[in-house]
Amino acid sequence: MPLMHLTASPIDVGAVLGEVVRESERVHGGTGACGALASFVGMVRRDHAGRRVTRLEYEAYESLAVKVLTRIGHEVGEEWPGTVLAIHHRVGDLAPGEISVVIGAASAHRAEAFAACRYAIERIKQVAPIWKREHFGDGETWLEGATADPDDSVARLQARKQACG
Amino acid sequence: MRVKVRLFARLRDLVGSAEIDQAVPEGATIATVWDGLVSQHPALADYSRAVSCARNDDFSRMQAPVRDGDEIAFLPPVSGG
Repeated sequence: MPLMHLTASPIDVGAVLGEVVRESERVHGGTGACGALASFVGMVRRDHAGRRVTRLEYEAYESLAVKVLTRIGHEVGEEWPGTVLAIHHRVGDLAPGEISVVIGAASAHRAEAFAACRYAIERIKQVAPIWKREHFGDGETWLEGATADPDDSVARLQARKQACG
Repeated sequence: MRVKVRLFARLRDLVGSAEIDQAVPEGATIATVWDGLVSQHPALADYSRAVSCARNDDFSRMQAPVRDGDEIAFLPPVSGG
């Protein structure tokens, strides 16, 4: 299973976390290399701005999105050396309560692992070419957040600040 | 020369198509391609300050030149996660 992945199928959280631990062991030379494994799991929320969401539709520019997720993994390696990241993101139609994204970060210590997870979700929201459309009982609307620019150093610094509290 | 234009999310909905084959003049930039689209689909004008672009599956800049056969993608503000 690739570390960075878009999928139309439900995401197995345990499989993603197992994969990031295996990759950390491969990079760092064997079992016990990482002392911390942190995760972030995003789920479809039922309510948005007082309206009841019936489903969320995720769309991605898949070939570019995988490159961007890989780049986020490299950024994490620059910010917190030795930390290994996996990101699996859903595409297609999701019901409230379903998992939309799973991030796993394996590191020697917990501070880096937690920070890497927070950094990764902020960067996904800033730069990953993925969009969601909310469907309500009586209509639908595309959500539009950030203008994607991976080279915007101000945005990257902002994500780092959020990650480090 | 000709380029393939790819559109995502609301941009696709506004144009009514995910892919367009578009003729562009020699010396064109990605901005030339965008301006051509806006002239055909004026509703896109709202996105002129917020759109991102990619050329052949990598992020690019509006002032970048395009070549015959390029795939140019226009991306509205993103909302993953």
